[in-house]
Amino acid sequence: MSKVETKMSKQTKPTETKKKLNVLIVDDDAINRTLHARIINQIGGVSKTAGNGEEAVILHRDGNASFDLILMDKEMPERDGASATKKLREMKVTSMIIGVTTLADNEEERAAFMEAGLNHCLAKPLSKENLLPLINHLLDA
Amino acid sequence: MDALISQLQRQFRDHTISLYQQGFLDDQFTELKKLQDDGSPDFVAEVLSLFFEDCVKLISNMARALDQTTGAVDFSTVGASVHQLKGSSSSVGAKRVKALCVSFKDFCEAQNFEGCVRCLQQVDIEYKTLKSKLQDLFNLEKQIIQAGGIVPQVDIN
Repeated sequence: MSKVETKMSKQTKPTETKKKLNVLIVDDDAINRTLHARIINQIGGVSKTAGNGEEAVILHRDGNASFDLILMDKEMPERDGASATKKLREMKVTSMIIGVTTLADNEEERAAFMEAGLNHCLAKPLSKENLLPLINHLLDA
Repeated sequence: MDALISQLQRQFRDHTISLYQQGFLDDQFTELKKLQDDGSPDFVAEVLSLFFEDCVKLISNMARALDQTTGAVDFSTVGASVHQLKGSSSSVGAKRVKALCVSFKDFCEAQNFEGCVRCLQQVDIEYKTLKSKLQDLFNLEKQIIQAGGIVPQVDIN
């Protein structure tokens, strides 16, 4: 292992995002909203929740909503994740949007969700371990 | 007092390990516990409370949808409720409940009434059993704290 690699491997992994994030959690499941809000809190962010895609769109309608990140569940009543993402992008919302899928979703379903305008997709259950490095990577991009 | 604390801590460790070994809980429960800290000391209890409320509501929905006396069985509603229960059991690490939901979903898709009724009965038993066992675990935690001890971190692996 080179000296640089040794130094990097000894560096502590980050425990928070590179900047404090204002996050919108969009999920029809109260447990997931609670879990994801807690994860965001633990990585240094603050969050607001919406119970489905339509609520997320309504939040942005007056143009005053300003979220750094939206965690968008795929399957929701009223308006699903793909439709909400597409609508938000049409409304010129520039927030990072991470789609939240399930392991049961196949490649085609994930690709279709990405096509709606996501920055990335992650399968449930979310954790600090899978969300934090992704967010920091997207912040670098 | 130290002897009491040690005994309670041992019981807590044994009970926790048995919940995993007997398949009641999986790694997701471990992840859930990591989200609890001094700032949110009741986080796990709050999330589990949401889960058990979900179980009551969804099982009631499924029972209504499977009630033949009210007309044709509504497999679509049953399927939607099973899907939700599978999601929430997965989120809290309720391994046996989640596994039952997988079979239940198959019976729904096949419109197998007897299979669905059997699964509903099993899901009802399973979530109540889990609730009781977790209550025992939380009671042990409480007793350890009340005796002045520290709740041990249990390494499942």
